[in-house]
Amino acid sequence: MGKHIGKSVKRVEDPRFIQGQGKYVANINLPNMAHVAVLRSPHAHAKINSINTDAAKAMDGVIDVFVGQDLIDGGVGKMPVIWQVPDNKIPDRWPLVPDKVRHVGDSVAAVVAEDPYIARDALDMIEVDYEVLEATTGAKATTEDGKPLVHDEIENNISFKWGLGDREACDKAFEEADHVVKLDLINQRLIANAMEPRACAAQWTAATENMTVWTTSQNPHIIRFGLSAVTLPMLDEHKLQVISPDVGGGFGSKIFHYPEEVIIPWIAKEINRPCKWVATRSESFMTDSQGRDHVQNCKMALTSDGIITGLYVELHADMGAYLSSIAPLIPTVICITLFSGLYKFPGIWGETTGTLTNTVPVDAYRGAGRPEASYLVERLVDVAAQELKMDPIEIRRKNFIGKDEFPYQTPVAFLYDSGDYHAMFDKLEENADYKGMRDAQAKAKQDGRLVGIGVSGSVEASGYGPAATVGALGFYGGMWEHGGIRVHPTGKVTAFTGSHSHGQGHETTMAQIVADKLGIEVADVDVVHGDTDLVTQGMGTYGSRSAAVGGEALSNAAKSIREKLVTLAAHLMEVSEDDLVYDDESGSVQVKGVPDKSKAFGELAFAAYSGHSLPEGMDPGLETAAYYNPGNFTFPSSAHLVQVEVDKDTGEIEIQKYVAVEDCGNVINPMVVEGQILGGIVQGVGQALYEHGIYDEDGQLVTGSMLDYTMPRADNFPMIESDRIETPSPSNSLGVKGVGEMGSITSPPAVVNAVVDALSDYGVKHIDMPLTSEKIWNLIQTNGG
Amino acid sequence: MQPANFNYHRASSINEAESLCKDNADASFLAGGHSLIPAMKLRLAEPGALVDISGIDDLKGITRDGDRIHIGALTTHAEVESSDVVKEACAALTEAAGMIGDPQVRNRGTIGGNVAHADPASDYPGILMALGATVVTSSRSIAIDDFFTGLFETALNEGEIIKEIQVPALGNGSGAAYAKFFNPASRYAVVGIGAVVSLDNGSCTSCRIGVTGAADHAYRASAAEDALTGSNLGDDALGAAASAVSNGQEMMSDLAASADYRSHLCGVMLKRAVAGAKARV
Repeated sequence: MGKHIGKSVKRVEDPRFIQGQGKYVANINLPNMAHVAVLRSPHAHAKINSINTDAAKAMDGVIDVFVGQDLIDGGVGKMPVIWQVPDNKIPDRWPLVPDKVRHVGDSVAAVVAEDPYIARDALDMIEVDYEVLEATTGAKATTEDGKPLVHDEIENNISFKWGLGDREACDKAFEEADHVVKLDLINQRLIANAMEPRACAAQWTAATENMTVWTTSQNPHIIRFGLSAVTLPMLDEHKLQVISPDVGGGFGSKIFHYPEEVIIPWIAKEINRPCKWVATRSESFMTDSQGRDHVQNCKMALTSDGIITGLYVELHADMGAYLSSIAPLIPTVICITLFSGLYKFPGIWGETTGTLTNTVPVDAYRGAGRPEASYLVERLVDVAAQELKMDPIEIRRKNFIGKDEFPYQTPVAFLYDSGDYHAMFDKLEENADYKGMRDAQAKAKQDGRLVGIGVSGSVEASGYGPAATVGALGFYGGMWEHGGIRVHPTGKVTAFTGSHSHGQGHETTMAQIVADKLGIEVADVDVVHGDTDLVTQGMGTYGSRSAAVGGEALSNAAKSIREKLVTLAAHLMEVSEDDLVYDDESGSVQVKGVPDKSKAFGELAFAAYSGHSLPEGMDPGLETAAYYNPGNFTFPSSAHLVQVEVDKDTGEIEIQKYVAVEDCGNVINPMVVEGQILGGIVQGVGQALYEHGIYDEDGQLVTGSMLDYTMPRADNFPMIESDRIETPSPSNSLGVKGVGEMGSITSPPAVVNAVVDALSDYGVKHIDMPLTSEKIWNLIQTNGG
Repeated sequence: MQPANFNYHRASSINEAESLCKDNADASFLAGGHSLIPAMKLRLAEPGALVDISGIDDLKGITRDGDRIHIGALTTHAEVESSDVVKEACAALTEAAGMIGDPQVRNRGTIGGNVAHADPASDYPGILMALGATVVTSSRSIAIDDFFTGLFETALNEGEIIKEIQVPALGNGSGAAYAKFFNPASRYAVVGIGAVVSLDNGSCTSCRIGVTGAADHAYRASAAEDALTGSNLGDDALGAAASAVSNGQEMMSDLAASADYRSHLCGVMLKRAVAGAKARV
C-alpha cells in the first residue's frame, strides 16, 4: 500500500451535495422539453376493456397520449429478464400494458404535455374501462389450486423451482440427528425508498439519429445494452448515450431496467422533443421493485452438544406480478449459496419456489438474498442454543470454519476466500463486554425488566463475480469491470470507472486507489462515472462489488501507466529499466539508490505527450483501459451484538446497545467504510423492527406512503459501536472484500435474537419481523404478562 | 407532485381574508400549509382558491394577560415550544408542541392551522382540552370542549378565522403533562393524553383529561376524571382511571394499533400523563 489507501480522506463529492450543487436527473432541463406523466392502475388485477384518451388529448397543452398498443406498434420490445434460472417461466411484461393490469401501479397510459401540471391534470381525463378480476397475494398461498392466475399460461403461479445442496448428506444428517430445530419464518416485503425518486429524461437528435437518455440507474451501461438490444431495438448502441448523473440512493432498486426508461425515450423520438418524467413518492411506492418477501420452512439438525450437521429449507419467494430484471437470481443462486453461514457442516439442501402474485415485482434490495439466508441460519442457530441451553456465542464458536481452513469449500457451491470468525467474535465480546452485559441482564431480569441480548454472525458473497461463473449460473452478461486512466500532459489524471456511485463515495475512494498506485495526490485525480459516452464500458454498482472489482480494474490500469512511465524514464535517462524504481511517495521514477537522479511524474507525462523523444515502438500519449474479471467472489463477514429492552406496558422495543465487528478485508477509506456499516445496520434494524410492505387480499398496497410505511430514524438508535478486523481477500491484489451490504445482512437476526431473548421467560421461541409494539404486547398478554 | 389548479390570494387583514373567502368558491385559508399543501399535492384536497393569511400580523405572537396566555393563531409550534411565557404558565404545552412532527414541521406548522384542521391524531387537541383552552375566532369564543365535532370537523363556520388560542395559566397546586405514544411511521399520536391535576394535601381536588389520537376526534375523558377526583392518585385510582379512559368512545383501528391495543395504550399514557402532572404540582 502507498500513501492514500487506508486513510479517511474526506469525501470529495460532499461539498457539492451539501451546497445543493448536485446534478440529478430531475435537474435536467432542455429547451422545448415536454413532460410525461404515467397513468397507474388502481386495481391489482383487471382486464382493460377500453381506454378513451380523447378528452385528455383535447386539453390545451397536451401534446399526445399513448397506450400500450401504440408502443407495441411503434416497435418496443418486452422488458427483459437478464438473470434466469433453468426452466423459469417468464411472463410477458410490456412497458405500457396493452390488455391487462397485474398490480396496483402497473403502467396503463402516458401523457406528454407542455408542463408537468397539465400532464398530471390530463391523467384524470383518461377513461379506462376496467373489468376488475380477483387478485392473488402471498408467496406460498398464491400457489394453491383455485387461486386466480396472474398470467394465464403460468400454472399455479409458479415461475420456477431451483434447488442446491447435497440432498443425500442432508437427509442423513436429519436421520442421525440428536436434536432438530424447526422454524417457519417470514422474511417480509420491504420497500427501498431511496431518497431520490426514479426519473428519466431523453433527447432525440433526428438529424444524426442520436439518443441521449438520463436515468436514475446504478448501471447505465446495462441500461444502454438493454435498450438497444431489446426494448428499443430501433436505437443503435453506438448512438445511444445513457447518463446516470448524481443519483440519490438506490439500495438495489435502481439496478433494474424499468418501463419508464423505455416509455420516455420512445416518446421523445416519436414527438421529436426532449421529454422528462420524475416519479412522485407515491409512484415510487407502487412501481419501484421491492425486496425480500419469503416464506421459509426450515429445520436444522444438530448433535446434543450443539454441532450443526444439517440444514433443510423449503423457500417460497414472491416475485410479484412480473419477473423484474434479475429477480430469479435473488432467492436462488445468491441466497441458498450462503446457507452454510460461518459454519462447517455437510448436509445442506435448499429449494426455492419462485411465485407470482398481483403485487409490485420483487428484486434485489440491499443484501439481496443474503439477508434472507443469514436470517434463517442465524435464527435456527439461536433457537438451537435456547433449546440446548447453550450460550449463543458458544454454540456458534463450536461450528465456525477455522481460520486455517480457508479457502473453504462449502457444500453449496462457494469457495470462501478468507476469514477469522473466532477473532471477529473475540473482538465483539471484548468491545461489548459480553460477560458484563450478561451479568447486568441477569440483574435486570430479577428486577422484572425485559432485557435481551442477541448476537448474530454472517458471511456474504460479494465482488460479483467471475464472468464464466455468473454466466453458468444464469446471467446474460459478464461481471467484470472496466477502469480507465487518462494522464493529462500536465500530470493531472482523469480516472474512468464502470462502477456507479449513488452515495457510496467512489469519487473519493477510486481516486484514492489511483493516486495511491501512481504516487500522486488525491486532488490530482478526478473520477468520471455514470456516462456511457465517457466511460467505455461498465457493469455498475450492486452486490458490494465496486471496490473488489471496479477498484481492482483501476489498480490494474495504474500498473500499466507505471510500466510505461518506467520504460519512458529509462529511455530519457539512458539507463536500464532494471536500475530504476517507481517511487510511491512522489510518483517519480528514480535511479535505485540515487533519489536525486529522477524524472517527476508530470515531467514524464509531458514527455509522453510531446513525443519528442520516445523509445522505439512507444506511441505518444499516456492513457490506458483495463478490464478486470475476478477469479473468485469475495467473502466479507461480520458479527453483531445488540441489547434491547422491551417496555412491558406498551410492547415498545428500545435498542440500548449495538456493537458490530466487520471483516471487509483491507480498507480503502475507514470513514467511508464506517458510513456503509452504519447505514446497513440502520436499514437492517428497519427490517427487524419497523418496515413492512403490506398488501391486503385484494392486492391493494396498504403501506403506500410514509404515513404508514415505517422507516427507521436516527432517534431509534443508540450510538452504534463499530469496529473491524482485517483478513485481506486473496481474490484481488487490493485485498478488499466489499462492505455495502454487511450491515443489513447481519443486523435483522441479531435484533430478533435479542428480543426473543428478552421474552424468553414467556416461552417465546420466534416472532416474525417487523417486531411491532402491538405484536410484542400481544405476545406478552397471551403468555401471561 | 402537482396539485390541481387553484387561485391564490394574499390577505393583509382579517377583514380582507374574510371577504376574499366569501368572494371565492371553495376557498381555503392557508396558514403554515403543513396539512393542506400535502393534501393538495395528493389531490385529496382541491380548493378553488387559497386565501393566504400567513402575512397577517394581528394573528401572531404570544402574550400573557393576568392568568391567561394568548397565542396568536399563526404562532408556529417551534415558537410555542421555545416560549418562556408558555413554559412558565404551563410547561405541558411546551412539552406537547415539542412532540409534534419534526423540526421542519414545527418551524412551519401553526397552532391555529392545527386545531382548524382537526386531524384526529394531532397533538394539540389533547393538551388544549386538558388545559381548558378557548378558541377565539373573528366572531366569537368557543370553549375547546365544544370545538372538535368529528373527523376533521370543528365548530367553525364557513369563512370563520381563528384569531388566537387562549390558555389559562396553571394556578398554585396544579400541574399538567402530556404523554404520547408515537405512530412509528408518521410520528402523529397513536394516543396522546393531556392531564391537569390540582392537589390539596395530596388529594386530587379536580382534574381534566384530554385524549387525542384514539377516537375520531379529541375528547374529555370524564369517567377517568371522576375516578381520579377525590383520590390521592394512588395505584387504585390510576388503574380505575386507566380502565375508564376510553369509556363511551369508539377506538380507531389502523396499522399502528388495533382498537384493543389503542384502548390499552390510552390507559398506559393516562398513567404517565397523570404521574407527570403530579410531579409538576
